[in-house]
Amino acid sequence: MTLTAKWRQWLPHLGIALVVAYCLAPFYWMLVSSLRSTNDVFSTSLLPSPVSFANYRSVFGPAQGFTRALLNSLTVAGVTTALSLVLATFTAYAMARLEFRFKRLILTLIIATSMFPVVSIVVPLLKLFTDIGWINTYQAMIVPSMSFTLPLAVWNLTTFFRQMPDELEQAAMVDGCTRGQAFRKVIVPLAAPGIFTTAIITFIAAWNEFLIALSMTNKPGMQTATVAISKFSGATTYQTPFGSQMAAGVVVTIPLVVMVLLFQRRIVAGLTAGAAK
Amino acid sequence: MADTAIPPGTTAHRPGTAAARRPGRPPASASPRRRPRATAGAGRLAALLVSPTLLVLTIVVLYPTLMALDESLYGVKGLDPKTGFISDTEPFVGLKNYTDILTQAGDRFWNAFWNTTCFTVVTVSLETVIGVAMALIMHRAFRGRGLVRASILVPWAIPTAISGLLWKWIFNADGIANVLLGHQVLWTADGFSAKVAVVIADVWKTAPFIGLLVLAGLQVIPREVYEAARLDGASALQQFRRITLPLVKPALLVAVLFRCLDALRMFDLPYILIGAQKGSVETLSMLAQNEASNVRFGPASAYAVLLFLYVFLIALAFVRLLGADIVGDAGGTKKSRSRPAGMLGRRAREVTA
Repeated sequence: MTLTAKWRQWLPHLGIALVVAYCLAPFYWMLVSSLRSTNDVFSTSLLPSPVSFANYRSVFGPAQGFTRALLNSLTVAGVTTALSLVLATFTAYAMARLEFRFKRLILTLIIATSMFPVVSIVVPLLKLFTDIGWINTYQAMIVPSMSFTLPLAVWNLTTFFRQMPDELEQAAMVDGCTRGQAFRKVIVPLAAPGIFTTAIITFIAAWNEFLIALSMTNKPGMQTATVAISKFSGATTYQTPFGSQMAAGVVVTIPLVVMVLLFQRRIVAGLTAGAAK
Repeated sequence: MADTAIPPGTTAHRPGTAAARRPGRPPASASPRRRPRATAGAGRLAALLVSPTLLVLTIVVLYPTLMALDESLYGVKGLDPKTGFISDTEPFVGLKNYTDILTQAGDRFWNAFWNTTCFTVVTVSLETVIGVAMALIMHRAFRGRGLVRASILVPWAIPTAISGLLWKWIFNADGIANVLLGHQVLWTADGFSAKVAVVIADVWKTAPFIGLLVLAGLQVIPREVYEAARLDGASALQQFRRITLPLVKPALLVAVLFRCLDALRMFDLPYILIGAQKGSVETLSMLAQNEASNVRFGPASAYAVLLFLYVFLIALAFVRLLGADIVGDAGGTKKSRSRPAGMLGRRAREVTA
């Protein structure tokens, strides 16, 4: 009896430890590997000894052009997020607040587009962009990225707007606001947390994109960080520079992990908003 | 797709739609939560607010899809020696690209098709099992919830391309995986072990995400249901099978549908972890991208169209056969409506009552 009681008490903790270890162990390995010196990169000790920042120095060295790649990523993901948010805010407001014909059909179609195989739109757009000379431009990466960030943002914001009490804007309209003013002065400020959450989720999706960035660029200077890292070259041919790849991977991932740590509650709420209903 | 609640009088009443089969359900627009406001003004405003999004999606999704359909009817010709790009003189070949895929280039296509299917079935099944287990664990433990939540978001937040590199490092010949196993497996060489490597890496990245969605589903189940079941003498297993599973089924179905469609378009992970043009892991997306990057746009488009059709059929099957409802309570309606009706829905309501 006491034994089973003890088990019952400890089993969930053991389970939680397992879940956390499962999720973090590979990430930990990336972190540790990035901190090893070039000589003991194949070492399998759990801690790097001595701790070396050589990999980080080589990543940001002039040979890799990684700083430029980070800037490219930031530009593409940032502009994609901003554009998606503006359009999605209007659409989500209509979806959550207004009654109109075909509403459900339109929302279904918008959400369905986010599940398109990206390659199906990349192939024809690649040909189009080649013809009009858009290859190696930011817009060639931003425009196709909208195909999955915009539906994501619409869906997130719709669930968020729907949770806000209807009376808010009615009160504003009674006080003499037009619907547009009520939206601008009451809804948007109050929806700021939801818009912020959506921005994070959209940004992460755009930041993690690989296929579009790979297809639309062939100049190293225009590659985003994810593509640039995958193309890092080692000191000798046929040698994959795992040390610097891990270091660059950490650099690309750390901002996202920090965001996740800071806003985990909101991100979870945003991600699961559709599922829990 | 989720045609279970398209408002009547619009496009819904095809015979045999879910709405027609389930006469007990109220029509979608009959029970609006808020005051009905389907006025001309609201309609105009809605059109104004919705049209930019629809316009953008038309440009970035609908137009390319139609272009792909058109392009897939053209062959490869007129390589411009100066630029290496195709000039405008591609010959119209009709359905030749498709017939080639199914005959001449058939081996490569069917190999990619089966790889894609196999990855989808295996990874999504494993992810579902592991994800549900994770959700049950997380649901029980109340301590350290923030830490757990943050850590299960980490695999999701790591870009797939980076996790491909990470697992390539782990599965390296001298990597940690072989050290832990105690003998050498050439994971990232072409072969069966490469498939296993891709499956392991993909499951690691997305099982926690399924766990998260299922956890959200678990948390809306009222606790009294379990108390009642326990009073009636239901065992833990019975509670899981009779209460938990049916009640999280809507959340789980949506999660599995999204994961399936995501797995069907898998590209980054096998491309980086194993490499391009590796037969054992080449997916349809990789095949199409490879053809396009070799400026063979016609065949590439044909592959893309076939993948698109495949994805569409799977999504349709999910919505029709299993009643997955991707829109949730989109009609501005009550919660019970968004659950699939029929046996499960009824049982759920009985349990809650």
